[in-house]
Amino acid sequence: MTTNLPASVTQPDDTDAILRAILRDVLGLSDERVAELDADSGLFGHIPEFDSMAVAGLLTEVEDRCDILIEDDEVDGDMLETYGALLAFVSAKRAEG
Amino acid sequence: MLTTWRAPGGSDELAIRFGDDTGPCLLVLPAWFDEGNKTRHFTVETMRLLAERGIASVLPDLPGCNESMSALPEQTLGSWRASAGEATNHFGCSHVLTIRAGANLVPDLPGFAYAPLAGKSALRALLRARTLAAKEAGRPETTEALLQTGKVEGLALAGYHLGATMVSDLAEATLAPNALAPLEPGGPLLWLRTEPEHNPEQAAALADLIAAGLTR
Repeated sequence: MTTNLPASVTQPDDTDAILRAILRDVLGLSDERVAELDADSGLFGHIPEFDSMAVAGLLTEVEDRCDILIEDDEVDGDMLETYGALLAFVSAKRAEG
Repeated sequence: MLTTWRAPGGSDELAIRFGDDTGPCLLVLPAWFDEGNKTRHFTVETMRLLAERGIASVLPDLPGCNESMSALPEQTLGSWRASAGEATNHFGCSHVLTIRAGANLVPDLPGFAYAPLAGKSALRALLRARTLAAKEAGRPETTEALLQTGKVEGLALAGYHLGATMVSDLAEATLAPNALAPLEPGGPLLWLRTEPEHNPEQAAALADLIAAGLTR
């Protein structure tokens, strides 16, 4: 496996691309840096500037672009801790419809 | 540059104005709260670039925002809409440019909307930031409970004290269909950034789209 995540192979949708684009904007990352994110890349709790305000903006943007609704009780540290966990969560929400 | 106008509630408010009186004049209704902070530089730079393209623009402080002496908790969606209307009359604006949640206040003018955000979604993001911070601090709150309290007592969200009426107004605020032309300048979404940042290329692209839209 290269920089692609397993999830992006089994999920032939654009969730991976959407999440990377949003993270690029939230964290002000270069395209190269954002392409390097892998399933184990740490997010919430690992990047100081990724605070509650940034997470709130990210989740609201994800809801808007993926046409899903994320409930309070679904948002926890585990789901936000790594890029892989976030991608798996959003992919599952989209699959639910 | 800096000028003043009188809001419907009787308060004198500041406004930033660029350009001369000969051409069209845009009323700029900016993004709100934290998004407003993150896009302020971008917004004002876009106005400077519009002036270079022969388009005047004015960015009024809404009562309770920026340098305003009015109390934010006393503001409602209605008072802000009335203020946007009064600023339109006072400055003789011919068109409007809304950024993000500014689209909730649009007066009866033609114009442009950049990434419009319903008041309901703006409130949702603020509530979510508060519940996330509360969870981190080990004293969980729920969005639903906060909203119920907020509709009665008002609510402090991301450092902004919103009155009960404003919370109730925003909870129901969807964007009505309007004739504003959507703007898609490309580039990063500056309101998502964790720190305020400017993007000169994006500001120029936005100014070009507006200039092209006005001459069409």
